[in-house]
Amino acid sequence: MSMETIKTECQAELNLVEDAKQLADFWTKYLSKTGEVQKLMGGIKNVPKEEKKAYGQAVNEIKTWVQALYDAKKEEVDKKAMLARYDAETVDVTLPVKHTEAGNLHPLTCIKNEIIDVFAGMGFEIFEGPEIEDDDHNFTRLNVLKDHPSRDMQDTFWLTEDLLLRTHTSPGQIRVMDTEKPPIKVLVPGKVFRSDSDATHSPMFSQMEGLVVDEHITLCDLQGMLDQFVKALFSDEAKTRLRPSYFPFTEPSVEVDVSCFKCGGKGCSLCKGTGWIEVLGGGIVNNKVLENCNIDSSKYSGLAFGIGIERIAMLKYGINHMGKLFENDIEFLKQFKA
Amino acid sequence: MKVLYSWLKEYVDIDIQPKELEEKLFSVGFEVEAVEYLGENLENVVVGQITSMEHYEGTHLQICHVDCGDKGHDHLILTGADNVFVGAKVPAALIGAKLPCGLEIQPRKMVDMMSYGMLCSGEEMELNKDWYPGADVNGIMILAEDAPLGMEMRDYLELDDYLFDISITANRPDCQSVIGIAKEVAAALRKPFKAPDMSYTEDGTVNGDISIEVLDKETCPRYLGHYVYDVKYMESPLWMKRRLIAVGHNAINAMVDITNYVLVEIGQPMHAFDLSTLEGSSIVVRRAEEGEELVTLDEKNRVLNPNNLLICDKVKAVGLAGVMGGLNSEIKESTVEVLFESAKFLKDNVRKTSRGLGLRSDAAARFEKGIDEYTVECGMARALNLVETLGVAKISSSHFDVSGGASTEKRIIQVETAKVNDVLGIVVPEEEMVKILNALQFYVELNDGVLTLAVPRYREDIETYQDIAEEIIREYGYDKVVPTFLDDAKVTNGGLNKYQSKELGVKEYLCAQGYYEIQTIAMTAKTDFDMFLIPEDAKEREVVELLNPITENLSIMRTIMAPSMVKVIENNIKNGNEEMHFFELANIYLPKALPLTEPPVEKKILCLGTCGVNEDFFTLKETLEAFASNNDLEFSYKRGEVPYLHPGRTADVYCKGEKIGHFGQLRYEVVDSLNIAGGKKADTKIFIAEIDYSTLSGLFKEAIKYVPETGFKGNARDISVLIDKAVECGTAIDAIKACDELIKKVSLFDIFESEKLGADKKSMAFNIQLASATCDVTDEMTDKVFEKVVAALSEQFGAQMRV
Repeated sequence: MSMETIKTECQAELNLVEDAKQLADFWTKYLSKTGEVQKLMGGIKNVPKEEKKAYGQAVNEIKTWVQALYDAKKEEVDKKAMLARYDAETVDVTLPVKHTEAGNLHPLTCIKNEIIDVFAGMGFEIFEGPEIEDDDHNFTRLNVLKDHPSRDMQDTFWLTEDLLLRTHTSPGQIRVMDTEKPPIKVLVPGKVFRSDSDATHSPMFSQMEGLVVDEHITLCDLQGMLDQFVKALFSDEAKTRLRPSYFPFTEPSVEVDVSCFKCGGKGCSLCKGTGWIEVLGGGIVNNKVLENCNIDSSKYSGLAFGIGIERIAMLKYGINHMGKLFENDIEFLKQFKA
Repeated sequence: MKVLYSWLKEYVDIDIQPKELEEKLFSVGFEVEAVEYLGENLENVVVGQITSMEHYEGTHLQICHVDCGDKGHDHLILTGADNVFVGAKVPAALIGAKLPCGLEIQPRKMVDMMSYGMLCSGEEMELNKDWYPGADVNGIMILAEDAPLGMEMRDYLELDDYLFDISITANRPDCQSVIGIAKEVAAALRKPFKAPDMSYTEDGTVNGDISIEVLDKETCPRYLGHYVYDVKYMESPLWMKRRLIAVGHNAINAMVDITNYVLVEIGQPMHAFDLSTLEGSSIVVRRAEEGEELVTLDEKNRVLNPNNLLICDKVKAVGLAGVMGGLNSEIKESTVEVLFESAKFLKDNVRKTSRGLGLRSDAAARFEKGIDEYTVECGMARALNLVETLGVAKISSSHFDVSGGASTEKRIIQVETAKVNDVLGIVVPEEEMVKILNALQFYVELNDGVLTLAVPRYREDIETYQDIAEEIIREYGYDKVVPTFLDDAKVTNGGLNKYQSKELGVKEYLCAQGYYEIQTIAMTAKTDFDMFLIPEDAKEREVVELLNPITENLSIMRTIMAPSMVKVIENNIKNGNEEMHFFELANIYLPKALPLTEPPVEKKILCLGTCGVNEDFFTLKETLEAFASNNDLEFSYKRGEVPYLHPGRTADVYCKGEKIGHFGQLRYEVVDSLNIAGGKKADTKIFIAEIDYSTLSGLFKEAIKYVPETGFKGNARDISVLIDKAVECGTAIDAIKACDELIKKVSLFDIFESEKLGADKKSMAFNIQLASATCDVTDEMTDKVFEKVVAALSEQFGAQMRV
């Protein structure tokens, strides 16, 4: 083929190429070692010496030109092929798949974790004591003296004259202060047991004890810290209110109310119209308790508080019967996915 | 504690409304649980007088014209009662009136005549004869002649009053009384407290026969007695009866009412003995003998033991100290001489006696909270004052005071004001502290920042500066506390420790695997062991028992987790749930020895339970394997035996050579005993795993440490063998692994049985991974290992290579 023929035919043929096969044929015909362009190159031996240079240049130009045409076409063909593949491979994305339905943590664990998160950020460690305690840790060293009503058979599950199911997480205070010296910031979550069973009581329930022992700990600190806690747990607008109460292991003792997170304090059915909801008890650690743990009460002071996890869970999630928490029906449990 | 607003007002000049008083009490630590308005639902019922009356011919009705003073002089009211008469003063419910029974009075046609109101009976106003004499007559309640015309009955009957039900914390037994609350109200309002009149005059008479002896001074630290005579058997005055009724007592007779009145007002349980019934005119306070008997005032025979303190005469018991008097010494119409008792009995003893005998009384309820010796004196004085005021008896000079010798002086304590402020975190001005403490009846001297305080004798709860800080802040106001955020505390490092976060991770992983976390009660029933087929002599039956369980169903601490899990699954099936995967991470309680002498071991168990059409032995095993892999552990399994699990579908689980638990299918016998529908039972398969988490957590990686890759190439080879059906996969894998230390991992990738292979044969194909820490594993090395494997399988199991 002459250069001219190549030029015209090449263009015409390439226009007809539609797929990779035709493109490969084109390449074989023009650009392979036995192709037309190479043949032209081979024709140089028949060209007079003085024209060889010009001829060579012309062939090279043709070669570059054909190659460029080919490259452009290849890109076009490749793209078309890819589109066709995508088209062919298109799936119905709405088809269902087999997978494991995730479970989730128990609501009491969720609340426990939330509370731990808040206090962990404030520098609280987590301590877990035994569920079966002795009189000494559960009562005596917490300043719950021999004739205190809460020791009564009516409230405490006794195992022997001395051993019992702990009635609160407060013995954790004693166990921590026995082994650690101030500064102490610790949370004691755990199960506790009381001889009580109705809509708002279960013989087993969970508490979270908090204890801070350091120099110059005051009632202001207790409220400031609990303010942060209720803000984190309920809402940024939540406030606390302290009012007098009594626990043998704190003095002064307080009940801590949180401003009603349902009505914002205006009064509603949840807060029984008062605008406040009782959430926990606390106070300044009774010096007798510090001294029972060999902590110098003239140097150190402490604050302590106890949170009922079930109560918080019931308030926060709107659960109306405590028994629900221990029935473990899936339809109930599955509602607590985070 | 139930207190009448009007009663409080007698001792404090209260100038605020009941609602405000409620808030005030709340702010100083006395939560008012309820306020009841006594005149609720009694409105527009007024005192009227029948001015004329005629019989309504042909009916049983009387047509009355009633003068209600400024509420109208001529109301036409028809009544069916036949006890009315002209001139009688009667309660007239006028148009629009409300009655406690829910009735609202409207003009009403009776036969053919309109009646504009209603004359009321006592019953219609929910009154009894102790509140108003004659309230119980069958007919209209006839009022006293001096009843003021037109006066609202609510006012006339003194029902314009409020009953406060106040919750009292355990540290304030002194507030279990009207005067206790009145003192708090006085302090909160900064008003003076006006003490009740406790004066009386002894007439000089002495009864020399009476003797009082306390044999157990520890349990009865103080016993006061006073002799009164010429006792009149009479009713109490209306005001006293009304107060008693309003707070929940019955009116009985003046003498007994006085003891109840003193209990409510002063907080001192009193007792009145008919002296003539006391053998030898003696009182002896002693412990009961084992088996001694006493018939108490409620006419029940009580069998006693030495824990019970008794009030006796020379020969017999006449009362259960602090709980209830004996029937033999009660006040009767014939009583002419009375010995009053006002005593302190220890709260612990009273509580034990009362609880032990199942005998509740107002006295016991009060003693259980604690009585101080000052109140013992006040009680007696007030009782004698009332005896005198009411004219019930003559007051002799025979007064007895048997004391354990406790000081009757006020305690003096010293408190630095700075310490008080340290506790509170705010500065309360010193003069404010003094004012508050004065208002709370402390005698106070302030010198150089030190408060010297004479503590009221009834405030046994006050000992230290912390107690004083509480007194001050509750009166000063908790709203004055300024929230701070541990300004002076040292920074500490917080958060979960390694084991705690691992545990949370374990739970979260199981959730991701489709399991729901459950929490179940740690107490269970002994019958669980029978249901779960636990042999009589099994270790699991050695349990920690509760001395005082609520029910048999919650009487022991669990030693296995499976029953709790199975009950949850049972409940879910009953509730119609079909697919379930649960886990619980909780303690079992294993006694070290029985009877229990030291705390048992609390072992944390990870229990898994599954049930549903897609669940089988292997799906549970998959979870265990995935769980192991997630914790970079390897579990291995051997056939196991667990009483409540399927004998052919039970495996023990091992990790790092230690047995860490078991899993398998719950036995059909156990499923059969579950409370689920009969049709479902046959198809119900429940799978349970119990993993000793306490042990397992010790096997978790201490820390992650990077070991550089060896860079040597490993090798792999597949082997397929024909082998006896009885040879278990695990056994074969163990045999392969034992062939050469180059073998790092063996996994089964195919298993099948067929007729062609023979009835007692199966084909198993394994992939064997080889690696070395010192060189590449060449094909030649692999060939050699392969030969060993072929030889071992052939020797041990007669296995043949399949091509």
